[in-house]
Amino acid sequence: MRATGVKRAVDKITTPIWSWSLRNSIFPLHFGIACCALEMAASSAPRWDAERFGIVYRSSPRQCDVLLVNGWVTTKLRPDLRRLYEQMPEPKWVIAMGECAISGGPWYDSHTVVQGVDTFIPVDIYIPGCPPRPEALLDGFLKLQDKIRASTKGRFLED
Amino acid sequence: MTEEAIVDAVRKAFPEGVTIGGVAPRRIFARADRAIIYKLCEFLKNQLKFDHVSCVTGVDRIDRFQVVYHLSSYENRCVLEITVDIPRDDPEIDSISPLWGGANWHERETYDMFGIRFKNHPRLERIFLPEDTQFFPFRKDFKLGRQ
Ligand code: SF4
Repeated sequence: MRATGVKRAVDKITTPIWSWSLRNSIFPLHFGIACCALEMAASSAPRWDAERFGIVYRSSPRQCDVLLVNGWVTTKLRPDLRRLYEQMPEPKWVIAMGECAISGGPWYDSHTVVQGVDTFIPVDIYIPGCPPRPEALLDGFLKLQDKIRASTKGRFLED
Repeated sequence: MTEEAIVDAVRKAFPEGVTIGGVAPRRIFARADRAIIYKLCEFLKNQLKFDHVSCVTGVDRIDRFQVVYHLSSYENRCVLEITVDIPRDDPEIDSISPLWGGANWHERETYDMFGIRFKNHPRLERIFLPEDTQFFPFRKDFKLGRQ
């Protein structure tokens, strides 16, 4: 099928459709760890209204495509967070929000805080700040949309 | 009962092992030997109506550990603070959770942070840190920035 170019032709037609639907229905996991979760709540409240970008928080990892890590991850939480990540179906992305999720933040040398989510989960977008404002969070989601637009391939005829 | 009456009752029941350090309005400060702590608490609970343990915590004094109990009483309207010295190389003391269920998690936390073992505790396991943690972070010889 690849030889005849059918897949290429089909991909050319379907890729924009897949990409459009993926990036406009970003469902992050509703999982707040620390103070940054308050900004996450504010960003979906009426003033910033994340839902206009299709960002709807879901409570089950099976229904999500973005894991938004917002807060310090302790060594006790680490295996559970990894399990949540693995329970999410592909395609999936990870956003590290705030200093704590990026590097451990103010507690980087504490006895129990993991120094960054990227030590055990691949992270796509980093949003710096302590905490990042809701605008920054929305900006991070828009950057993720760009990333999805740039990276989606045709998936209609998988080889 | 007034604070003075409580002090007298404790002195009478435990002529040895308990030192009263001071009395303030609604506060009594005491020091106790670790051998009698369970009996002392039993006496306080059953005879003097101390019905609530507000806090159990540890202190690292470098040459020794201390366990500090805050017992409070609705009826007497006062808080009794008991400090118990325990040696650093044998950090073990009787658990008071059989008397007050509320002491259970306080003692587990003290074990978790200081490594002080409570004998006869129903479930002495780490409470905040993962089970396989090798250190006790609130001890003075624990250094931050180990990672
Ligand atoms: S980055 Fe700052 S605001 Fe965010 S979780 Fe850490 S301490 Fe809290």
